Amino acid sequence: MANAGRFSIRRQTGFTLIAAFCFLWLYAPIATLIFYSFNAGTSVAIWEGFSWRWYEAAWNNEQIKEVSLRSLLIATVAATVATVAATMAALATTRKKPFRGTTAVYAAINAPLMVPEIVTAVALLITFASIKVATGYTGLGYLLAAHSAFCIPFAYLPVRARLESMDLTLERAAADLYATPWNAFRYVTLPLLWPGIIAGFMLAFVISLDDVVITEFVKSAGQDTLPTYMLGQLRRQITPEINAISTAFFLLSVLIVTLFFFLNRRKS
Amino acid sequence: MASAKEFLEASERKDVRDRWLLSLPALLIIFAAALGPLLVVLLYSFMVKGDYGDVKLWQWSTEGWFSVFFQRDIFDDTVSLADAHLTILWRSVWLSFLTTLLALIFGFPTAYFIATRPEGTRDIWLFLITIPFWTNLLIRTFAMMEVIRNEGILNTVLIKIGIIDAPLQILYTDTAIMLGMLYVYLPLMVLPLYASMEKLDFRLVEAAYDLYATRLRVLWRVIIPLVKPGVIAGSILVFIPALGAYVTPRVLGGGKNMMLGNLIELQFGQGRNWPLGAALSITLMAIVMVAMLVYVRQASKGTGSHG
Repeated sequence: MANAGRFSIRRQTGFTLIAAFCFLWLYAPIATLIFYSFNAGTSVAIWEGFSWRWYEAAWNNEQIKEVSLRSLLIATVAATVATVAATMAALATTRKKPFRGTTAVYAAINAPLMVPEIVTAVALLITFASIKVATGYTGLGYLLAAHSAFCIPFAYLPVRARLESMDLTLERAAADLYATPWNAFRYVTLPLLWPGIIAGFMLAFVISLDDVVITEFVKSAGQDTLPTYMLGQLRRQITPEINAISTAFFLLSVLIVTLFFFLNRRKS
Repeated sequence: MASAKEFLEASERKDVRDRWLLSLPALLIIFAAALGPLLVVLLYSFMVKGDYGDVKLWQWSTEGWFSVFFQRDIFDDTVSLADAHLTILWRSVWLSFLTTLLALIFGFPTAYFIATRPEGTRDIWLFLITIPFWTNLLIRTFAMMEVIRNEGILNTVLIKIGIIDAPLQILYTDTAIMLGMLYVYLPLMVLPLYASMEKLDFRLVEAAYDLYATRLRVLWRVIIPLVKPGVIAGSILVFIPALGAYVTPRVLGGGKNMMLGNLIELQFGQGRNWPLGAALSITLMAIVMVAMLVYVRQASKGTGSHG
């Protein structure tokens, strides 16, 4: 016990070293990816000097523009639908004493989290295939429906958490003062619930934006989103253009998650 | 009095009805575009396969399920085990298990490290774990691909400093798939572990040291048993998505080294055997359900003994 004076009960030999390795492991590949997006050459391994060339290339690539806009459109619509539906369901399943069926509703809402993504993807592929044949409709509706469905549990979680930590007395006070149920909701519950709803929307948005597997199976011809477009590109010659798109996409995710982090932090 | 009671009952009925109505949109969307189609998969797994993909509707057969495990010789109809499928099934389970184990070995100290930071900085460390988790899975897999490919940064550096002469072929091997999954799913291990460790009562650790326990013994006999729920939750959270992984083996395994997810996709693509694909999907779901069940039972046991 040479350094008994500094003995800390919390220390475990080697743990800090492994933790450092873990953080390195998590960030080194992304850092490399970002680094080579600024490469002047066409290689993703040999550094030939700094340039914005690949960002310009990606920006001027019509196809990338098209698939990025489609991704953002789907994520916006799906996250909005999912957040509205999830907020309503959360209002119905929290706080007041549980009704018969609360557990069933809760289980159904969380079910998409339990099913492996590939199974959902295949299920939607075969179901939508027959609907496409029967109705002849091949628009974006299928992707929007699929994305809304798997976004609901993610939107539901923060809204529910927020509702459960909320005080019921304020709403009772509003009711005592002759507020109609709608007015009580509009002027008391909703403003208090707002941070939870925003958080739910942001989670749903990121989840929709990130999806590869379900989109890959559900999309009709010409409905590529950014991730499925990238998946297709990976089979070809890889240039730092992919790195540039990935970096932009990565920064968008980081931005949303950072906002989410601070929103949650202020709450607690 | 009776009318007051009736009034209360009526208002309660209305309340329950309102709450069902409020839940309805979410339930409808989920049933239409997530849960309902699973029933279609189940039905399709028992139908006759179509000639060019699809199925022959309402013609029943167990051929799809049969070919999950067995195959018939095209010439003499002898039945043998479907080696290709069993190999892929085994690879999926084995690689997922290894990934979970490695994630635990690396994730446990990391979660412990975060849990023992001063209160104010824990959030920041946790945030650093969450960022990769919310980053697109494809981007992360692609980042890993760039690191381990033959002309990639890892091989370039290893050759420059003279450890190896020729690049190591890591990409398109099982090792690549496992490294990729470890990279992608590690945060799923750290987060639940941290949640358990945050509540760890260090007075118990102190008591163990007072009783002359060594560090290793404290870790093994005090800390690990106390955070067991987190260990189980983290392992399940890594194992389940790893088992159903599709993108990572597709990108890093390069088509030859398939996992269950890729085998399923193949049946709906070039394989043109939808009933088999449907049966494989149900098989995957069954394995996941068993894993979940084990988790739920373990978790309820855990709270019973500690709570």
